[in-house]
Amino acid sequence: MLDEKYVTDPTALTEETVRAIVQEELEQARKRDPAGKKAAFIASKGTLDWAYPPLILATTAAASGMDASIFFTFYGLNIIHKDFEQMLKVSPLGNPAMPMPVTMPNFVLGLPGMGPMATHMMKSKFAGKNVAPISELLESAQDLSVRLIACQMTMDVFGYAQEDFIDGVEFAGAAAFLAEARQAHVTLFV
Amino acid sequence: MTETQIDVTQELDARGLLCPMPVIKIAKAMKALAPGQVLKLLATDRGSIADIPAWAESTGNELLDWHDEGDFLVFFVRKGQET
Repeated sequence: MLDEKYVTDPTALTEETVRAIVQEELEQARKRDPAGKKAAFIASKGTLDWAYPPLILATTAAASGMDASIFFTFYGLNIIHKDFEQMLKVSPLGNPAMPMPVTMPNFVLGLPGMGPMATHMMKSKFAGKNVAPISELLESAQDLSVRLIACQMTMDVFGYAQEDFIDGVEFAGAAAFLAEARQAHVTLFV
Repeated sequence: MTETQIDVTQELDARGLLCPMPVIKIAKAMKALAPGQVLKLLATDRGSIADIPAWAESTGNELLDWHDEGDFLVFFVRKGQET
């Protein structure tokens, strides 16, 4: 609403004043924008390391007052599977960035036992640094009402039933994710 | 504002916890406070120096003050009207 004084004295309405008014209006509009309070993530990877980013971002978004959802598709379904503790692993194979106690040639990393060793290493490194385990992040996500949505199509491909997933998981497809994402400024594919 | 002038309602010890847990914990603890009340947060996660102000800004809470104790960080956050 334009201040009364500008109506009675239009000359008071300088460029500077107009810019200040527009700026103020924009600030107000930004606060009202519902998309600023929504975040939609996709979790597509099923390894222990890649389970972290979507869970960390979604729980933090929710803790920051946003409505957050994660759409789990393809291998990302592992994260919300009831057996996630056993299913989420890391592989040193083809991952030159993974820190190893000693440098090993790639063919050695492919030998039996190397995967479990790398998984064990990462779990104890995380625990040693006091990083929250996946179970705690899932608990926090549910506590903060983060919507956990499983992709029905990939569930069918992998032969998963709804009972295979942790409680509270919803089931939907691409259209449902897009309906959510088009109302969110923050959308990320992990 | 110095620490002695801040009337702390509740203290939250998030020392030893890493991202995102300090933010998750403070968000939860803040729910129990009334607008205007102050929460004192102790944290060792260095990322909190950026994260706690950012979280306070986006949730309408006010970071009154923070300082580095050396071994840990101390934040004072006043609950806003919106949350």
